Amino acid sequence: MKREPPQSIADYGPLFFPAGMLLIFFVVPFGTMIAVSFFQRQEGGFYTPAFVFSNYERFLTAFFGGVLGFSLMLAVTVAICCVVLALPFTYLLSRLTRRLQVIWLVALLSVLSLSEVIIGFAWSTLLSRTAGLSNLLVKIGLLEQPVALFPSFGAVPTGMVYQALPYTILVLYPAIVRLDPTLMEAARTLGSSPIRAFFNVLVPALRNTIMATLIMVFIFALGSYLLPQILGRPQHWTLSVLITDQAIYQSNMPFAAAMAVFLVLVTLGLVALTLLIGRKGEKA
Amino acid sequence: MDTFLKKSISRRTVLGAGVMGAAVLAMPNILRAQDKSLKVGVYGGYFKDSFDKNIFPEFTKATGIAVESVAEPTGEAWLVQLEQAAKAGAAPADVSMMSQVAMLKGQTTKLWTPLDLAKIPNSKNLIDRFVNKYPDGSVAGIGAVSWYITLVTNTDVYKEAPISWAAFWDKANADKLGLLALVSNSFLLEITAKTFFGSTNALDTEEGLLKAFDKLAEVKPNVRLWYRDEAQFEQSLKSGEIPMGQYYHDVTGLAASEGHPVRSTFPKEGGVQDSGCWALSRASKKVDEAHIFIDYMSQPAIQATLSRKVGTSPTVKRELLDLSDKEFAAVSSDIEPIIPRYDLYTTKSDWLNQKWTELIVG
Repeated sequence: MKREPPQSIADYGPLFFPAGMLLIFFVVPFGTMIAVSFFQRQEGGFYTPAFVFSNYERFLTAFFGGVLGFSLMLAVTVAICCVVLALPFTYLLSRLTRRLQVIWLVALLSVLSLSEVIIGFAWSTLLSRTAGLSNLLVKIGLLEQPVALFPSFGAVPTGMVYQALPYTILVLYPAIVRLDPTLMEAARTLGSSPIRAFFNVLVPALRNTIMATLIMVFIFALGSYLLPQILGRPQHWTLSVLITDQAIYQSNMPFAAAMAVFLVLVTLGLVALTLLIGRKGEKA
Repeated sequence: MDTFLKKSISRRTVLGAGVMGAAVLAMPNILRAQDKSLKVGVYGGYFKDSFDKNIFPEFTKATGIAVESVAEPTGEAWLVQLEQAAKAGAAPADVSMMSQVAMLKGQTTKLWTPLDLAKIPNSKNLIDRFVNKYPDGSVAGIGAVSWYITLVTNTDVYKEAPISWAAFWDKANADKLGLLALVSNSFLLEITAKTFFGSTNALDTEEGLLKAFDKLAEVKPNVRLWYRDEAQFEQSLKSGEIPMGQYYHDVTGLAASEGHPVRSTFPKEGGVQDSGCWALSRASKKVDEAHIFIDYMSQPAIQATLSRKVGTSPTVKRELLDLSDKEFAAVSSDIEPIIPRYDLYTTKSDWLNQKWTELIVG
């Protein structure tokens, strides 16, 4: 079938619906947020329309810089952990029989049905001193007495990786299943070990997919605000937690909006940078 | 319909409507069609369920005004919604239960319709501080319920009940405390001021506040959990995972009565008494119904019912209540309470919030 370029407005018809949805549910709210971020905060009240930079000024301090840096570092950590875990898992999954694959995928999808709240509380129980995993370690003699493993830095990415892993696998899965199996067979017949073939053939062949997955998980993890609160100490709170505080508890919408706009800009900047580096690498 | 509602309603009409209301209650279809109704916002969850079960049906029976209860979120989200709806001339709820800080913030935009105390005769029963007034003296809200934040402990871990808030500063309690995460709902500055500097007047000046912040910083190593969500702390307190902290007196008492090893103590400096007001949105057209509702809720008998069934502390004077000493002790205490400095959270809110966040996050 030959594809004709669109000739008339009617040919663009199918695009109107998604474009409209994007406009109503993304462009308009985001535009509103940008507008509010320049409004004048009224202490002890709400805000009045204005064009001031004070909300951005308040954000540009070492304190908020530190929180932003931590949030980005946390999201990168979660993204890398997820891809490192999900890539070999998905590859092995793709080599199972159809039936087993379906069972695994259904199990993974069911994890997605858990809310962040349930995941947070489940992990806080698992990591607690009174009922948690450390009791098992005491039973088998590895520990003297049970210890609390949360709140701590380790607990936060653990919960977040658990939450994001099913998404990672579901994004990687189609690409890995479609990958030509003869590539790996060729590597094997040429004398490469399975692990060597995985790293030298499969990973480079999936380069773009891996990059896209990393970015997706990174953005997903950046928005997390409940798990850092439940599993971490205040120094592990992400910028999203502070945005929620300002918006919901302080009713300081202009400042919350300014922080959110800043977060979006930094995120877009980082994603653009990643894509740019990726493209340069391809040319070389 | 507007003209009908604007007519003042005489006592006789109310009584008549009460009889009518009782009659139509038996027939839900007619109830839905009746004009006299009121949308009341109360905190969602336990509060709303208790009010729906124990309070609102009796009110409808007595006055003929059907109540549609609306679950409001805690924090200031509801204030923001009411404010924006009022700008558009709409009222998601006519009467809402509002926190004291929300009351003051609403005052700045004249969100609350001034109430006429002549139409709320039972307002004379209230303890004075539960009548919330505009700067010009008109009444913005009437105390609905109050509750205490006290010093709670797990009885398995602490055999002896602590006697003072100073226990939070005790080095022996390292990594054992659960405290509320926000400056405006933990009232820890007030607790610090009362415990170490005599009274909350120590917070009048910026120097005083900074001194309280410095003192409070000493508590940080003892805190394991700064919680926003009550369930987060309650579970840990019951299991002994986090054996000490600040929590709500009523909920702790409820947990203890269910057999959990927890206790709530009024420290010698007093528990923190926070409260909610009934306030009427300026966009509401149900002014008369709202006055009838607020008057009804201010009766000593209803306040006693609230104490018994919902576990809140009464906003009317102790001597008017038929609560036994045991029932009163379950919801309140004779120790002079620490009253939060709500004024600070409107005049200095951003400064306090910034200092506080830097204190606990930094």
